[in-house]
Amino acid sequence: MRFMVSEIREGLLIAFQAVRANKMRSVLTTLGIVIGIVSVTLMGTAIEGLNRAFNKSISAIGADVLYVQKWPWGGGEDWWRIRNRPDIRIQHAKAIERQAELAASVSPVSGTGRNVKYGRKLIEGIVIVGTNADYLRTTGADIAFGRFFTAMEAEGGRPVCVIGSEVAENLFPNETPLGKTIKLGNYPYRVVGVLEKQGSFLGLQSLDTRAYVPIDRFFTEFASRRSGLSILVKSATLELVDEAKEEVRGVMRKARGLKPKQEDDFAINQQEILIQTFNQIGVVIAGVGLFITGMALFVGGIGIMNIMFVSVTERTREIGIRMAIGAPRRTILQQFLMESAALCLLGGIIGLIIAFPLSLIIDQVLPTAMPLSIVGIALLISVFVGVVSGFLPAYRASRLDPVDALRYE
Amino acid sequence: MSTIIKFQNITKIYHVGSEDVHALENLSLEIKKNEYVAIMGPSGSGKSTLMNIIGCLDTPTSGLYELNGVNVSDMNDNQLAKIRNKEIGFVFQTFNLLARSDVLHNVELPLIYGGISSGERKKLAREAIERVGLTERIHHKPNELSGGQRQRVAIARSLVTQPSILLADEPTGNLDSKTGDEIMALFDKLFAEGNTIILVTHEEYIAEHANRIIRLRDGMIEGDEIVRNRRAISQPTVQA
Repeated sequence: MRFMVSEIREGLLIAFQAVRANKMRSVLTTLGIVIGIVSVTLMGTAIEGLNRAFNKSISAIGADVLYVQKWPWGGGEDWWRIRNRPDIRIQHAKAIERQAELAASVSPVSGTGRNVKYGRKLIEGIVIVGTNADYLRTTGADIAFGRFFTAMEAEGGRPVCVIGSEVAENLFPNETPLGKTIKLGNYPYRVVGVLEKQGSFLGLQSLDTRAYVPIDRFFTEFASRRSGLSILVKSATLELVDEAKEEVRGVMRKARGLKPKQEDDFAINQQEILIQTFNQIGVVIAGVGLFITGMALFVGGIGIMNIMFVSVTERTREIGIRMAIGAPRRTILQQFLMESAALCLLGGIIGLIIAFPLSLIIDQVLPTAMPLSIVGIALLISVFVGVVSGFLPAYRASRLDPVDALRYE
Repeated sequence: MSTIIKFQNITKIYHVGSEDVHALENLSLEIKKNEYVAIMGPSGSGKSTLMNIIGCLDTPTSGLYELNGVNVSDMNDNQLAKIRNKEIGFVFQTFNLLARSDVLHNVELPLIYGGISSGERKKLAREAIERVGLTERIHHKPNELSGGQRQRVAIARSLVTQPSILLADEPTGNLDSKTGDEIMALFDKLFAEGNTIILVTHEEYIAEHANRIIRLRDGMIEGDEIVRNRRAISQPTVQA
């Protein structure tokens, strides 16, 4: 055991000396590994970021919510046929509300982009969402301060709105938004509440840059009453979500007057489907990433192998000396494997140093940080590549004949 | 005196192309403890082959080689490595030090492969370095040392495991005569301390430091004589 320890220490020392003696060569040689590790790290970071963004956004909506919509999530079906489906309308929401017993709450939702103004402050292109008073209960969103609009206000079509946290921060940096009148598009609305910060979905569309208004008023001021909407249905419990889905489906089919053999002309979406789709995308990204990474590491590994052959040849005499002094073949093999692993580890560390600032750039798009596990995996991979690509040269070194090696000039 | 090296009908044949070269031919030989043997012979006489076999760097094609009563002629590579580590101390013409390591580490090296603990290793290495008079250069790299000093480091390295034999291959070949004399004085001193030394040389006056000269020709022993008037250097002047 002690024998092994001093041998390994000697191996590390030699590896370190060898790398230090050929600094430029070592760094150039590890370029392939550097690229491979940068790619591994960024890919891992990006996937981690996607996951985080996705889970964060999706969990804000809740796993027990059904989305009755014209379009199914994830696509895959005939685009033209779906396009020609009738739109989902407010009366469908009413029907579900009346008839579906497993629905804890139902909210029709429709959205459109508008500018919002308060005094001289302007935010462009926020999403105006028309919905009902049950929206909070349906989606599980929380109010930060103030209140959501009431059923009375909603049915009376009052010009009141609830704004997302980012809208509130930007329009009212130093004052309370409550009771203030802002302009959504061209129409004045009184702010009655601000929602809790929710984060963005994949960094594309923040849920915090929204304004919620009563849906009836939404249809008169922002969209034609004919335009489609989504109906969010919260299941009574998470366990009953499948039953609730069947029930909602029945209600919708009846409302649409579909015959038993006709297909549904609407979609009932669930987060689960979104998650599945997302996972499929994730697999594709990971696959492409793995391929690029694999290529870089393969090329890098060949570079390492090549330079290790050079190193073994250069140090033939040293190998001879070590053998004469009593180093067994196994030790020589181990020494060169360590050198090769150290070289790759160097590449891995350089790769991580390069990847870290790049991951901060990714962070601008996806809320993420380089996970520690990725750092560990990257270093493990580089050592693995080192051992694999160093094996042949190290084996050759260990098979040298001591007499020939000592005589080598 | 006990026998350290016993060769019985050692033959070594090299295959060079389609030809067989008989480097050693049915050679028998005994070397006892605390002998100082010089092996001489023209190039091609087989002295290098004999050295390599004695040093367990190479194995004979046929014949029996006993080192300290142990048959080493059939040993595998790992066993031979262990024998080299424990029983043989090599000193080469070209010193063969590790260029990137300092004196201490060079001398420590055999102990590392021998599995000696770090503290013990440092102690033994320092002692060996002291014996060759290089204590002040302990952290110098080989390229900061003169040829004579390098050879002293190599000798310290060969001594550090307290081997049965010191095997020196033209140890003064790369040194000027004054430095060469100093190195030979060091060998004389080590011999006086009870070490067994085998010296390969082609220079008569170097060989005369030994108390026995074996002359080789064409892979066979041509002469084996006891030196009457050793060119023993009276005062082993060791200078750092």
